[in-house]
Parts: sequence; C-alpha cells; structure tokens
Amino acid sequence: MRLGSRGVGLAMTGIGLAILPLLLPNAFWYDLATRAAINAVVVIGLNLLIGYAGQISLGHAGFVGIGAYASAVLTSRLGWPPIAAMAAGALATAFLALLVARPILRLRGHALAMATLGLGIILSMIFTNESQWTGGPDGIVVRPFSLLGLAIAGERQWYWLCAALLLVTLWAAGNLVDSPFGRAMRALHTAEPAAKAVGVDPAAVKASIFVLSAVGASLMGSLTAHYVGFVTPQVASFLTSVELLTMVVVGGMASLAGSVVGAAVLTVLPQLLTRFEGAETAAFGLVLVATMIAMPRGLVPTLRERLGR
Amino acid sequence: MTAADALLEVRSLTRRFAGVCAVDGVSFSVGRGQVHAVIGPNGAGKTTLFNLITGFDSPTVGEVRFEGHAVSGLPPHRLAGLGIGRTFQTPQICAELSALENVMLGAHLRLRRNPVAAMLRLGGIVQRDRALREKAAELLAFVGIGTSGDVPGRGMAYGDLKRLEIARALAAEPRLLCLDEPAAGLNPRETRDLGELIRGIADSGVTVMLVEHDMRLVMSLSQHIIVLNYGRKIAEGAPDEVNRDAEVLSAYLGVHG
Repeated sequence: MRLGSRGVGLAMTGIGLAILPLLLPNAFWYDLATRAAINAVVVIGLNLLIGYAGQISLGHAGFVGIGAYASAVLTSRLGWPPIAAMAAGALATAFLALLVARPILRLRGHALAMATLGLGIILSMIFTNESQWTGGPDGIVVRPFSLLGLAIAGERQWYWLCAALLLVTLWAAGNLVDSPFGRAMRALHTAEPAAKAVGVDPAAVKASIFVLSAVGASLMGSLTAHYVGFVTPQVASFLTSVELLTMVVVGGMASLAGSVVGAAVLTVLPQLLTRFEGAETAAFGLVLVATMIAMPRGLVPTLRERLGR
Repeated sequence: MTAADALLEVRSLTRRFAGVCAVDGVSFSVGRGQVHAVIGPNGAGKTTLFNLITGFDSPTVGEVRFEGHAVSGLPPHRLAGLGIGRTFQTPQICAELSALENVMLGAHLRLRRNPVAAMLRLGGIVQRDRALREKAAELLAFVGIGTSGDVPGRGMAYGDLKRLEIARALAAEPRLLCLDEPAAGLNPRETRDLGELIRGIADSGVTVMLVEHDMRLVMSLSQHIIVLNYGRKIAEGAPDEVNRDAEVLSAYLGVHG
C-alpha cells in the first residue's frame, strides 16, 4: 500500500521531469530548472536530517562549499579528473561530518543550531581567507565536468543529468525512510526513549544521517561548481544555509515531495519577483511569511491534508 | 534458587537525586519465567528502579546483573541487545509511524541497519522487512489490536497505545520484559484483558517484571512481589506472604483501606 503510493509518486515525478523541457521556453528556464533540481537533492538530504531525524543544521551550505571547492581547486589547480575531485570532496566531507557529529549531535535545540551555525561559518571563513587556494572573495574558475572523456555541456545535458539525479535521490531517500534505519531515525525524533528501549543507538543513527546528508550536499556542491563554472564563498555562506533550511520548511518537514516543491518554489520565485524592481526581496519575504501563516506545516503536507490524503 | 539461576540480580542498588534517596540499598533476584511485581506507594522508587534495570538511569551505588553479567551503567540500547525490554508509564509511541511500523521498530536489532544498503535496497532488506511486516501483524493481533495496523500512532486510543507498546517490546524478543504501570488509565474491562495478555506473555516463556498500582491485577498475576517504600525494600515474597506482612499493610495497603 505504502510502497504502491510511493511508486506512483516516483513515476509521476519522472514523467513531470521528462515533459518539463517541453514547457521550458529558453536557456534561462533550463538553468532555473537545473538549479532547482540540484537544490532539491540537497534539500532532500537536509530534510532527512531535520524533518525525519529531528536534528537541525544551520551550516549545511558549508558542506556544499567543501564539495564545490574540492572540485574547483583539485581540477583547476591540480588537474585532477572531475570525478576524482568530487569523490575527494565527498570523502573529506564525510570525515569532517563524522568528526563533529558525535560532539555536536549530543546537543539539542538551540545549542545544536548554534553549533552547526558555527561550523558553517568557520568553513565559509576558510573559503574566503585561504585565497592562495580558493581565490578568496573573487572566487575560482572551475573546469567543465567530464567523465571518461565525455563532457557534460549545454543547458539541456545538464538538465537531464540533474533531473535523473533528482529521481534517483527520491528513490533512494524513499527506500531509506521505509527501512529499519528510517524507522529508527523517525522514532528518535518523536519517541526517543522507546527507540532506545528497543536497541536504537541514538548517537550512531544521528551521526549516520548527519554524514549522509552532508555527503549529499558535498556531491551537489561539486556538481554546482562544474555547472556554474565558477565558485565564490557565497556558495557556503550562512545565507545559503538559511535558504536551504527555508526550502525544507516551506516545502514541508518530513516530506520528500515537499523538499522538491520547496526547492523548486524558492529557486524560481525570486526570478518571478524581479518585476517588483527594488522591492523583490520584500516581496519574497512577504510570500514566505504568508505561506507559513496559511500553511504552517509546509506546502505539501498541508495540501495533502486539505485534499484528504 | 541460587544466584547463578537468577535471570536478574539486583545488589544493594542505590540511586540518590540531590540528597533524596529514590532507591536505597535494594537487593533481590528474579528467577526465569513467571510474573514478578514491584509495588509500593507513589514515590516509593518503583520507576527509578525500572530505569536502573533498563539502563535509563545509572545507580549511585550497587549493581544490576543480568544472566550473570554486570550490566549497570550500560545504555538502554545495549541492554535491549542483551534481552531486556520495557514499556513506559506514558506510552512512547512514534506518532508519525503506523501501528505496524511501531511494532517493526521493535525488531530493530535483528535487522540490517546500514543506511546506504537501505537506500540501494541491498542485502535483502526489502524481503526481510516484508517478512517482518507479517510478524508484526501477528504481534498486533496477539496484543488485541490486530485491526489497527495502518493507523498512525497519533490516531490511536490510549488503551490501544499501551497494547501497542507491549507489541513493540515483544518484537524485540526480550527475555525480561519490564512493564511500567501497564494498567494505568485503563478501565476495569481493559485491565482484565491486559491481565490475560500479560499471563499469555509469561506463559510464552518471557519473564515479566511489573510495576503496577492495581492490586487486584498484581495479586492475580504475580508469583513474586517486591514491596518498596521510600526507596527501601520492606517486603518480598509470594502474594499471600506479602498480603500478611504487617509493615506492608501499614505502609502501603493501609493507604488503600
């Protein structure tokens, strides 16, 4: 029953992603769709951590930054193949996340928020200050992505690559939520004593999902670096972390579909609001506030409830 | 019964909270099988004792031995792995999971828990989960809420949540099951059904420890009763022995008339 509805959702998303290009009028919209798909993958990972496991992270852009700079520095300065640089970034992220997970995830609520915020800020300062490697505030140019001599080029190829990645991520995240690990993670969120009483090791589960979520962010950071062809410290900034968090909340906590919707809406909306010249940021804020007042549980969970599902 | 035969042994167990002795030098042993009850007035230290046995709290002094191994100080998830299960006074049910999934959570330690394998559906995770789903449905039926499988925890009645807790604890296949006030908040009919359920669990070979205020339930179920008052053990024995004990009468049963 559950598996069935999941399969339907996945198929519908696949069809949606496949016909979306027919509706994309030009390269500008392809670019937006590609960015939205990349964001969605990061947001799905973040939602597993925040929405399902109940752990906050205000420093996730820092992990995106590690992936982005690993790819930028290793390919452009040291001539590594992009896939190797990407893997190195993911490994470094996994190592760092694992290192900080135990002490950080023992904290709760505001303390956890502050600790992850601090981690993100430290990373962002490193990217800004180590300018002999990272180019500092001016950023660094990244070579195009290629795998086994096959280059990904043009907005269409990038769109298909990222759409496919999004679909695979949705499938994998759905599998995770429905697995023994997923149940343990969700139980820790709302009934931690019960989870412990049946043998769930809270520290191990929280650390695992933190690392997975961070590695996902790092991989997408690498991809973004190649896609955009340029990395600045902004990719790892606190504002980017907040943006990712906002996508989780607006789309809906503990909702994979919500993560996709949240990422899509918050990637596209600022572009639609550019007609309110000068007031676009205020308009953006207004839309967010109105959404959260009307739909406090996020777009997808609230709509699902109203449609009686 | 010699100490070596005991499933659980508690030796001079003491837990102090900022000067208050919640559990004070309590010793007893629990043999295999049957139902063992811990009774006493409110604040006697029953729940603290349970928390010490199940790893949710660590003793200030003394030790807990389970199947001959010193286990005091181990975290709850380790004790669960050794075969100690428990339920809670206030049901701890994951509101977002269905009843069936809450029971499946109970089998956590017997499943593959690697998240990467889970994401990629490797190592028979899906097949084993499907088998577990059937087992969980049987457990739901065993505790008497067989029709609630797909209902999310948040949508269930209080009495059903208490049963669901027991089903989840049983899914872990414990050798010792600690039930913390399972009848609290239940009406007389539900309490009677619960008594039958607990007897059924004990008959299946699981040793049951029970903290409970409902004296009729305790007296009808237990073969062995430990009486606490102000953190101290004031009596221990078979129901009729405890019933005759003068100190118990004044300290505890007297309160209830």
